Amino acid sequence: MSGLIVRGARLLGGETGDIRIVDGRIDAVGSVDPAAGDHMIDADGLVALPGLVDLHTHLREPGGEASETVLTGTRAAAAGGFTAVFAMANTSPVADTAGVVEQVEALGRQHGYATVRPIGAVTVGLEGRQLAELGAMAASRAQVRVFSDDGHCVADPLIMRRALEYVATIGGVIAQHAQEPRLTEGAQMNEGPLSGELGLAGWPAVAEESIIARDVLLAEHTRSRLHVCHVSTAGSVDVVRWAKKRGIAVTAEVTPHHLLLTDETARDYDARFKVNPPLRRAEDVEALRAAVADGTIDIVATDHAPHPDERKECAWAEAAFGMVGLESALSIVQHTLVDTGMLDWAGVARVLSTTPAAIGGLAGYDAPLAVGAPAHLTLVDPEASRRWSTDELRGRSRNTPYTGITLPGRVIATVHGGVPTVLDGALVDADTVATTAGGR
Amino acid sequence: MKHLLTTRDLDREAAVRILDVAEEMAATADREVKKLPALRGKTVVNLFFEDSTRTRLSFESAAKRLSADVITFSAKGSSVSKGESLKDTAQTLVAMGADAIVVRHPASGAAHRLAHAGWIDASIVNAGDGTHEHPTQALLDAFTLRRRIHGADARGRALDGTRVVIVGDILHSRVARSNVWLLATLGAEVHLVAPRTLQPAGIDEWPVTVHALLDDALATEPHAVMMLRIQRERMVDAYFPSEREYGRMWGLTAERFAALPADTMVMHPGPMNRGLEIASVAADSTRSTVLEQVTNGVSIRMAVLYLLVAGVEEERA
Repeated sequence: MSGLIVRGARLLGGETGDIRIVDGRIDAVGSVDPAAGDHMIDADGLVALPGLVDLHTHLREPGGEASETVLTGTRAAAAGGFTAVFAMANTSPVADTAGVVEQVEALGRQHGYATVRPIGAVTVGLEGRQLAELGAMAASRAQVRVFSDDGHCVADPLIMRRALEYVATIGGVIAQHAQEPRLTEGAQMNEGPLSGELGLAGWPAVAEESIIARDVLLAEHTRSRLHVCHVSTAGSVDVVRWAKKRGIAVTAEVTPHHLLLTDETARDYDARFKVNPPLRRAEDVEALRAAVADGTIDIVATDHAPHPDERKECAWAEAAFGMVGLESALSIVQHTLVDTGMLDWAGVARVLSTTPAAIGGLAGYDAPLAVGAPAHLTLVDPEASRRWSTDELRGRSRNTPYTGITLPGRVIATVHGGVPTVLDGALVDADTVATTAGGR
Repeated sequence: MKHLLTTRDLDREAAVRILDVAEEMAATADREVKKLPALRGKTVVNLFFEDSTRTRLSFESAAKRLSADVITFSAKGSSVSKGESLKDTAQTLVAMGADAIVVRHPASGAAHRLAHAGWIDASIVNAGDGTHEHPTQALLDAFTLRRRIHGADARGRALDGTRVVIVGDILHSRVARSNVWLLATLGAEVHLVAPRTLQPAGIDEWPVTVHALLDDALATEPHAVMMLRIQRERMVDAYFPSEREYGRMWGLTAERFAALPADTMVMHPGPMNRGLEIASVAADSTRSTVLEQVTNGVSIRMAVLYLLVAGVEEERA
């Protein structure tokens, strides 16, 4: 049977080798003799990573198709080296029923660019009052395991306690958007000297840290699992570190943008830099990088949040929160963690693939690039360098904060379950991907 | 100078120049014919996304005395309330021939965006943006102080050594921010007074002395006390417990007014809450500059429009 051979890639142990993919699985790794009819990818100088997994993506469909769809969002994902994305629940209608999550999951399967695992809402309509039918979503064809009201905090301590307890019965996890709502009413940017100067309402670090502190104690009390979304402050890192030391089952993520950008970017009132939680101080950026390096923060997740131009080309307070991140995530991780010597490529595989898959209960990622495993892999050229612009984006929206910055690294190929979605640095067209994926 | 967005980027020379030009403008107000031909054929648009009759009338009056054509665009009941964006509105006005846009907007940074987002190419005057800045108010306050202190001899002077106490809701006050930067640039000694709840983050890094209690600040025997308007709805957000307590602790009461040095000026950007942040006896006294501030506002706005619109022409020539 003919296969696909990745020739001469740098494997995670640092050695150079080939990878042969047959029938959607990794057939051989090391020195591989091509069989007749095998397609070849020349991977000389490229690093082979397991397919990247994003635990925090906003695909916007249903309801937000002007910003993104499952198709455009998974194309952006593939371009960024991702083979699986967890789609947040804040769509319209909200993903709080089995029907919605099944629809989103099916769209992902139909298009074939990436595995789409819907995240279910914790509460009906994300309103924080009544638990959504977590069991029904878990038992649906979408097999939901991650639940989040992201965009909103599950602020009511009783609802949070019950959600943590309830989700344990179905083997899931609550992914909390930690934001004390009363402490952040009208909040526009990090509370600090610059918010005071610019006259923008502050979003204080304590509004995040106090919720995380409460939630890790609730997780301990209920003996449940907690995942903390987009940790953004040094204080939050301290709380998570304390909780882990105590043996509490907590995992945490950081976004690429919180690993690079600071609140100084607000100075020009350019709303491309408006995001929730807000960009913080340089000290926070340093603490977040160190926390990824020492494992306190388990994963990097994009919080890819597409918005149309008109939601950003306006006064800061009127603009939407969020930035796109799928296409740039790996470059930002390389820039902030690999090129600074804080993480090696095996570490990148851990924070962007193995661990997010494990947290999300996604099978097929526990043995990266091992023979017999599903063939999800990403080839990155670490020597490449790009001056970032909106031309690098493949989704429907253009709200990237990195325009004009020179970033290292470039995804040359992405293979999702044996199906190439990116080849020679370009997306494979939608028909080919859908047909090839459908044929499996 | 192309725009006036903040007092932060005015250096001492530029600030004094604006005040000096405003003196020239004020002199014309005493003439029989008050109108100057300086901006004949130019169009000044007042773009007001927020109600402010006083500021709007002041800018209108200033532009008209310079013979500019004035278009006033109030956002209420307009296409803006039908969802048209700041960008589209501004582009429309520039397409109609605006040379300068005076913008008042409830969002901090709106004027900055208009000037720097690349949407339009017109001079922008910030007439108040959210809780950020209100530079012409600070300029007219400095002008008022300088006139009271130096009289006819004011031209060319700054405010070195002038002690000014600014009291009230610093957190939400665009007037306070603009005054802090400008007064400091002009050499004044600025004291800010507010309960901790109404002090912005980072206030310790400002070029000021911060006091929590009004009496501590008044003990410095200031040359001027500037009372800021306190919004009653701040109580709901727990910034302070009651009007009575606010007035008692941070209001310029009759007793505090009586205890001030005899020549201390009393300033207020208006509109005043009499009996809350300021007692009537203080507001109505001869030491109050409230009405002078209004008069001086027109001169300052004339100077700013002249320097931005005619000044740019000069530089190009």
